[in-house]
Amino acid sequence: MRTLSMLCVLFTLLACSPAERKAGNLGLVYCAEANPASFNPQITTTGSTVDLISAQLYNRLLSIDPVSGEFKPELATSWQTSDDGKKITFTLRKDVLFHNTDYFTPTRAFNADDVIFTFTRLFDVYNPFHFVSEGNYPYFQSTGLDQLFRSVEKVDDYQVTFELFNADSSFLSNMATDFAVILSEEYAQKLLNNDNLEQIDVKPVGTGPYQFKQFQRDVMVRYYRNENYWQHPVALKQLVFDITPDSNTRIAKLLTKECDIAAYPSNAQIPVLEAREDLEVEMLANLNVGYWAFNTQKPPFDNVAVRRALAHAIDRNKIMQAVYFGNATAAHSILPPDSWAYQAQPNFPTYNPVLAKTLLEQAGFEDGFTMNIWAMPVSRIYNPNARKMAKLIQSDLKKVGITVNIIEYEWNTFLDKLTLHQHDSVLIGWAADSPDPVNFLSPILSCAAVFSGKNPSNWCNSEFDLVLTQAIDTNSIEQRKEHYYTAQQMISQQLPLLPIAHGLRLQAKSNQVSGINIPPFGGVQLANARKE
Amino acid sequence: MLRQYLVRRLTLLFFMVLLLSLFTFTLSYLFPGDVSTNLSGIDSAGFNANDQITEKYKLNENYLLQYFAFIQHIVNGDWGLSLASGQPVFEHVKTLFPATVELALYALLISILIGIPTGVIAAAYHKKWQDHVIYTVTLFAYSTPVFWLALILIMAFCLQLGLLPMSGRISLLFEVEHQTGFLLIDILLSNNTYKQAALIDAFHHLLLPSIVLATYPTAVLVRFTKDAMLDVLDKSYIKSARAKGLNHSQIIFHHALRNALLPVISQIGLQFSTLITLAMITEVIFSWPGIGAWLINSIYQRDFPAIMGGLLTVSLFVIIATMIADILNTILDPVSRNRSHGQV
Repeated sequence: MRTLSMLCVLFTLLACSPAERKAGNLGLVYCAEANPASFNPQITTTGSTVDLISAQLYNRLLSIDPVSGEFKPELATSWQTSDDGKKITFTLRKDVLFHNTDYFTPTRAFNADDVIFTFTRLFDVYNPFHFVSEGNYPYFQSTGLDQLFRSVEKVDDYQVTFELFNADSSFLSNMATDFAVILSEEYAQKLLNNDNLEQIDVKPVGTGPYQFKQFQRDVMVRYYRNENYWQHPVALKQLVFDITPDSNTRIAKLLTKECDIAAYPSNAQIPVLEAREDLEVEMLANLNVGYWAFNTQKPPFDNVAVRRALAHAIDRNKIMQAVYFGNATAAHSILPPDSWAYQAQPNFPTYNPVLAKTLLEQAGFEDGFTMNIWAMPVSRIYNPNARKMAKLIQSDLKKVGITVNIIEYEWNTFLDKLTLHQHDSVLIGWAADSPDPVNFLSPILSCAAVFSGKNPSNWCNSEFDLVLTQAIDTNSIEQRKEHYYTAQQMISQQLPLLPIAHGLRLQAKSNQVSGINIPPFGGVQLANARKE
Repeated sequence: MLRQYLVRRLTLLFFMVLLLSLFTFTLSYLFPGDVSTNLSGIDSAGFNANDQITEKYKLNENYLLQYFAFIQHIVNGDWGLSLASGQPVFEHVKTLFPATVELALYALLISILIGIPTGVIAAAYHKKWQDHVIYTVTLFAYSTPVFWLALILIMAFCLQLGLLPMSGRISLLFEVEHQTGFLLIDILLSNNTYKQAALIDAFHHLLLPSIVLATYPTAVLVRFTKDAMLDVLDKSYIKSARAKGLNHSQIIFHHALRNALLPVISQIGLQFSTLITLAMITEVIFSWPGIGAWLINSIYQRDFPAIMGGLLTVSLFVIIATMIADILNTILDPVSRNRSHGQV
């Protein structure tokens, strides 16, 4: 009995001590929804990975102002484009230092060699790092950027010239995405000498506000601040990402103050969060689209009529209410209405099960068929709850005689398996990395994306690719608009995928935290984050 | 006599481990997919390393040689790579397993500290109100599902009262270097400025999971101690002690307790397997980075090398723990050595 009462006393003592607050002074905890797939944004397009690494560890040559849409200098202070648009010369910033970590100490500041190394890795097979991590650069390959570079030449230590095979109006905006980050050539050289090439994507060295310290799979990622950050002093001593795939657990951790920021709360949780005075919920406009992609190489989905029948069979209003809780706009094209090339599609499929049934009968499927829907296991802006959406679609399709099996895997496994194109259909989406419309079309629907495995529709249409090429070949906004209109029309006719909705980006945080920047495109930026 | 007994036990241990390793080896054939992938964790589709793996695991030879090759790699600490992380499975086991053992040990400690005294009290006040209260409480502890209890405690102490954290071993902002894998020891060994705060924080994190995990074994120990005590109290030497005029507490502490504790000690060893099973559920709910949560995650991700490694570790541990408890019991209790057949 005495032991029992002793324990009770111990319990109360422990419960009241201010240990929690002491830990809080050491930095900020961001509850993220998945492990980073890599620590180098060049080799991934996964939004959950980009959030964790890009803006935190690295810098780009230039960035895009989310409000005005203009280019802003970052590691490049200025740039000139030649008259034919094929040569772009960047003047680089001086006195920028790379991270000084346990595994690398820089001896020189950032210069032209780093830029050359970074971009030759993408397209030059003679770069020793080109084939490291299987030589896959999904973003650059799917946008055709790796085929665009003719050469990257050093003018002097602080000037670099990119020579392109042809002029590309989206070149600068691609260079401003989260994927075009600058790596350290000196670090690469050191790894080359030690014959430890793989480390470059595992233990990152960049110029960003935070530097890598530790990654424990399924548990956390730890960064410390970069004491020599070139842009401004960094307020947070430590930045920790707590890997919490379950959205309810993330919110619970926010309530118990184990997290300061919770990524992607679900819409159903908003009322609970808003009722708390010590928490804030933000809803931000975001360029994204959630869609239902069909594997167009696999029968019966190679038949446009079948795809159209499926599109007519689902009730999108129900999805908008049950999955997005009204925090999204229903899609009428693949591009979101905020994009400058947006055009609502008049022949966009509407809910019409009778028509769906007729189309299926015409295609020879009177008795229906069985198909699978892969539902992503994590909550993303464009689709906060794919499992629920899959269930709604399942019940809608049952009415037209189609049986649906729902398939799920862990997120990174899911993405890996998706590249093998074994699925019938998948509920997934795309969040933009730059405001340029080509960023929506080419990474997910081009033929190049099929080869890099990032085209979930497995849809390669040469006419469509031609339209995209024509659009980036010209600098005239009006002409580009025309081309993008054509591209959108082709998608709503061919329906390789059915755009469903454009979500709002939700974020919940403690009101002690400020300075978090979430642009409408690309990953979260925590450089200015601070905690009271 | 004792040596003979030990030989018998160790032979049993040997055969248990043999069966276990055979079963684990068979799993690589029973799991879907390629045997070479299941064993090595390298997806041969993308690499030319196929021949090398075939050579390494002797996949072209007969099953017996394959089995020996498998055992050799297991003994050498080469357990293949995890399909999900690409890291060696053995490294994962090395970092994760101490977390599970730590949790289980503290839970066991709590259940011993609470269970045995409570059992003694229940026996001493047999059929009085104290006994009834204890009986009722243990009945609840027995029949409460561990996940439900965990969620209720989280609701109450973490979400409503905000007193305790609900996940992990320590606030992630404390950086504690991995040395032994036992967090409290690692904190004491570290040379951080926030040692004390980290220790308190780790206790905070430990409290709820270990209470949840301790509930069931505590109930078992209370019942078992009580029964053993009542058994002993019924013996004639106790009656004669009472007849000689010894008072109640003298009888309990000097004569009954020592003998009653013998079967309880072997029971503690047997609780370890239950404890490890319950720990898996507890780990998932409290996001405790131990082997149980990892194993369940691996099953979800169809990470076959990890599943094999995890099963092997956990079963091996349970077998050895049970065996040690058994041997300890024999050393303390000479009568049990006369049992001619081994039992686990």
